[in-house]
Amino acid sequence: MNAPSEFLDYGPDAVLMAGLTGSNWRLKDYEARGGYEALRRILAEKTPPEDIIAEMKKSALRGRGGAGFPTGLKWSFMPKNYVGDKYVVCNSDEGEPGTFKDRDILRYNPHAVIEGMAIGAYAMRANRGYNYIHGEIWDTYLRCEEAVEEAYAAGLLGANILGSDFSFHLYNHHGFGAYICGEETALLESIEGKKGQPRFKPPFPASFGVYGKPTTINNTETFAAAAWIARHGGEAFLNLGRPNNGGTKIFSVSGDVARPGNFEVKLGTPFATLLEMAGGMRDGRPLKACIPGGSSMPVLPGEIMLQTDMDYDSIAKAGSMLGSGAVIVMNDTRCMVRSLLRLSYFYFEESCGQCTPCREGTGWLWRMVHRIEHGEGRMEDLDVLNSVSDNIIGRTICALGDAAAMPVKSFIKHFRDEFAYHIEHKRCLVDPYV
Amino acid sequence: MLSADLTRKIDRELTKYPPDQKQSAVMAALGYAQDEHGWLSTDLMDAVARYLDMPPVAVYEVASFYTMYNMRPQGRFKVTICTNLPCALSGANAAANHLKEKLGVDFNETTADGKFTLKEGECMGACGDAPVLLVNDRRMCGHMSHAKLDELVGELSAAADRGEGRPGFDPEHGIHVK
Repeated sequence: MNAPSEFLDYGPDAVLMAGLTGSNWRLKDYEARGGYEALRRILAEKTPPEDIIAEMKKSALRGRGGAGFPTGLKWSFMPKNYVGDKYVVCNSDEGEPGTFKDRDILRYNPHAVIEGMAIGAYAMRANRGYNYIHGEIWDTYLRCEEAVEEAYAAGLLGANILGSDFSFHLYNHHGFGAYICGEETALLESIEGKKGQPRFKPPFPASFGVYGKPTTINNTETFAAAAWIARHGGEAFLNLGRPNNGGTKIFSVSGDVARPGNFEVKLGTPFATLLEMAGGMRDGRPLKACIPGGSSMPVLPGEIMLQTDMDYDSIAKAGSMLGSGAVIVMNDTRCMVRSLLRLSYFYFEESCGQCTPCREGTGWLWRMVHRIEHGEGRMEDLDVLNSVSDNIIGRTICALGDAAAMPVKSFIKHFRDEFAYHIEHKRCLVDPYV
Repeated sequence: MLSADLTRKIDRELTKYPPDQKQSAVMAALGYAQDEHGWLSTDLMDAVARYLDMPPVAVYEVASFYTMYNMRPQGRFKVTICTNLPCALSGANAAANHLKEKLGVDFNETTADGKFTLKEGECMGACGDAPVLLVNDRRMCGHMSHAKLDELVGELSAAADRGEGRPGFDPEHGIHVK
């Protein structure tokens, strides 16, 4: 399961992924890197939970799964005086096309996630936890099982951790192929052994989560960052990035680059620098377009991306979202209609079918893009695509509907000429995929 | 219907959940049942339902919702290749076409000898390793050049000759054989 060595070069600014060789994932290796120091100190000093949450707020850590919600604030929503089980859940159901960072964290540095979850549980006074792992990465699930076993054996998980009065029972739950389970309430349903259909909110998970108990769900990278913050302090993390955009972020760069892979950079790093880290454009071709935050986020033309910095606020200003940090790079040979067609099929396929605008709308979008791609489109289809998208956005229980609609709107907005060419000439403006 | 090995694996999963939440183990139970039987027949799902004190329909709901469960017999080796956009940008369509040609089947079809079922997959969270495929849900293979695909097909074909892989190929159950 060891990747070729070049994949473990996460870049000079890496902190969460620093010093990883692919084989030094065990407890003793993590401890040699300073791992579990923070948890040990917290338990020895009986740090007030509020202090830990304050430190998270100071760090400006924002959720690394896609929504970018401030982590410290989320942790503060958990009821303090609830009697009974409270849960901390890690969302490792990484299936957003273009995203492959959590898999690397889990297989090469699993204890960082375990420590982050334990510290989170302490701060939120939770006693149970699940790490929900993407169905397709069985090897990684087995590694997490081993890592959790190591932590129990060392007294770092379980009852009365390290002799303290803090108990935290953590388990891995393996998914089996459903993109929607990355949505946090669908994920909770899935842990309960049900179809992964998102819940209507409110109530929010902090008051009614897994098994109806107070629950906080964070992304894998968020928990790994939380462990780092607990050890080094919120200010140190903040200073790695920019105000309101604290820390480093792991970007998964895929598509038409010479060296696809994960790169951990300081938030605010220019896109051009990230592109360079990924070896630049494959075969030196020009950059045409880029989806900067996973397939659900709006696509941006290359010239805009090259002037954008990689942080939440800068990407939002450029007209897209940082999302999960999946950077999908496309060169000048890529047909935008065909690219959108594949994404539209994905959302149609993965819609859970619960809300009418998404269930019907995603199929409608896919069929229209399909007929444009196959030379049967009509010019008015472009307006209908926009109108169907507008009627999905904000009208569904979860964000999958928005995720299906945003690519459609942005592809048409930035590459309308290419869609029009397809409709008029019944063929691509550019050479198809190689 | 549930072997000793299977119930041992399910029992281990059950320790992860509160005693009154046995249903939480259904996903893992179905996964292990599929490893052993190749696909989820109604009888098999009913046995899982009895074991976990669940209404059978609740088990069917889960089995039919998650895409990696096989609701009908498959070849000994189910090969699922991701063709989503990031993978497509790195040669996934060419890899998929190569597999189709080599195996002589389209997506969702099984080879006449019952060795392979080819499936089109969605994002496996390994886009940096594209082209990426999954063998029988458990083994991920990345950077699949045509040469590596040929090698893999050869390896699996030989394994199937030795009777390895999953059982479940059964033309009488309406499996689509080309």
